This record gives sequence, structure tokens and C-alpha cells, in this order.
Amino acid sequence: MRQNDFLNTVMPFKDKLYRLAKRLLVSKEEAEDATQEVLLKLWSKNENIAEYKNIEAFAMTMTKNFCLDRLKSKQAGNLKLVHSNYRDEHTSLQRQLEAEDSVRWMERIMESLPAQQKMVLQLRDVEQYEFEEICDLLDMKPTAVRVTLSRARKTVREELAKKHNYGIS
Amino acid sequence: MESVNIEKLLEKYFEATTTVAEEEVLNQYFSEENIASHLEQYRPMFNYFSIAKEERFTKQVPLKPRKRYYKWMSVAAVALLSFGIYFGNQYQERKKAEFAYQETKKAFELLAENFGRGTEKVAYLQEFEVAKQKIYNND
Repeated sequence: MRQNDFLNTVMPFKDKLYRLAKRLLVSKEEAEDATQEVLLKLWSKNENIAEYKNIEAFAMTMTKNFCLDRLKSKQAGNLKLVHSNYRDEHTSLQRQLEAEDSVRWMERIMESLPAQQKMVLQLRDVEQYEFEEICDLLDMKPTAVRVTLSRARKTVREELAKKHNYGIS
Repeated sequence: MESVNIEKLLEKYFEATTTVAEEEVLNQYFSEENIASHLEQYRPMFNYFSIAKEERFTKQVPLKPRKRYYKWMSVAAVALLSFGIYFGNQYQERKKAEFAYQETKKAFELLAENFGRGTEKVAYLQEFEVAKQKIYNND
């Protein structure tokens, strides 16, 4: 596989890899490094890449494993908590501030979830994967995925309700 | 979309029994400006998911064409090796020739020395001749 073909294969899902890495590692730099690492590993496996039926799923699993290893390793102690800046197109400043605030809450809530719930929520609600795909990627049983997803969504709801009731805006 | 319908979907959503299409309906609903006030609390959740999906990986990944690199390396190595063997052989032969020359020279020197010693001894013959002449002359 030539460099161009490889880039074309990887292009559609590289952002997904990055977002999953960022979900798990939080820091933008860490996530970028992880994504780069995974892509380079894929590139080095170049010759037998055609053997994998679903390169995207393979790459996602690689990213997941890489990030979990990273979190387990000693270096995880040096991870920084970095929030990236989100832009949105609301005109009113008040609305904009509120929206930015709520995004920040959500970030914090998502960060507080256990890794497994983070991943399921990321794969389903952000990347909109089907249940079977999530089962394959995370090596989980369908019922386990459902339970984890439900639990994650409910936790987010509760946390949001808490903030809502405190009236922080 | 009526809010009753949305409420039902939300209930299913939190039990994780909605399909991707149904979740898309929820996303759509919460991206609109005017929603039922009692559902407002869920807005950040769905908004966040759509915003999170917009993030992009912008870093450039340096991909090196590794295979070709190895090929040229081996070509260079073979070339170097054959040069080495060729010139090494030449050098070896020159050394051998020099060694043979030195040995021959040494042998000739030995020969020359011994010849010298031979002529020295011949000098005694002269003495013998002189003595012989003396005896003859006396007679």
C-alpha cells in the first residue's frame, strides 16, 4: 500500500481515533500523540493491512488499548488536565456564555465517569456506532454495553440536574 | 416534534434502548431554539455530543516510506562489501610479493657473505705457493 492509499484509508476515521483518545486521556497533546502513535503503528503494519476486514474497527481497538495502557503506566501521573476551546455560532453573548459554560460542565462530568462508561458514551452518543460495533470494539457482551450505557447516561443526567438546581450559570 | 413524544424517547434513551435513528431525532430536537422548558435541562447533554463530534485531528503524521529505505541500504552494503573484497585482495597480493622479495634478498645476502668467507680462505693458498717457490729456489 502506498502512502497516498494509506492516507485515504485512514482519513475518514482519524478524527474518531483522536476523539476517543481525547475522551480517555483528556489532554489535547496526549491525545494527539496517541493518535499519531496508532497511525504510525498502522503504517508499519502496512503490508497485511488489507487482511483486516474493518480497518476502522481495528484502529479504534488499537487506540482504546493504547490509551488504557497509557493511563495505567506511570506517565499517566504527569497527564495534565487541559480544556480545549470550543467555538459556537450563537449571536447573543449571554447565550454564548451559557453554552460555553454548559459545555464545560459536560466536559467535567464526562471526565468524572469511569473509563468504560466514557468509552461507551463516546462511541454511541458522539460517534453513533451501532451496538454490535461497540461490542466488538470494547470486547463486551451486548447486555453489558446496554447496562453501561444506561448507567453513564443516567449519571450525566443526575450531575446535570444537580448543576441545574444550584442555578449555576 | 411534540414534547410527549420526546419524553417517551428520552425515557427509552436513558434505558439505552433507543436506536441510532431515534437518538438522531433527540439530537435534532435539542438543537432547536425553542424547546419545552422542562426539557431544557437535557439540552447541554445533546449539544455537547454534537459539539464533541466536531473536533478534528489536525496534527501531521510523518510517514516514512520504510521499505524503499531498506532496499537501498542493502544495495549500498553489497557494493561496499564487493569493493572491500576486491581491494583487500589486491592489497594481500602486494604484501605477498613484497614478502617473497624480502626473503630472496635475505637468501642472496647469505650467499654473498659465504662467498666472501670463501675468498678469505683462498688467501692461504697464496702462502702455500710462496713457500713452495722458496723450496724450489733453494734446490
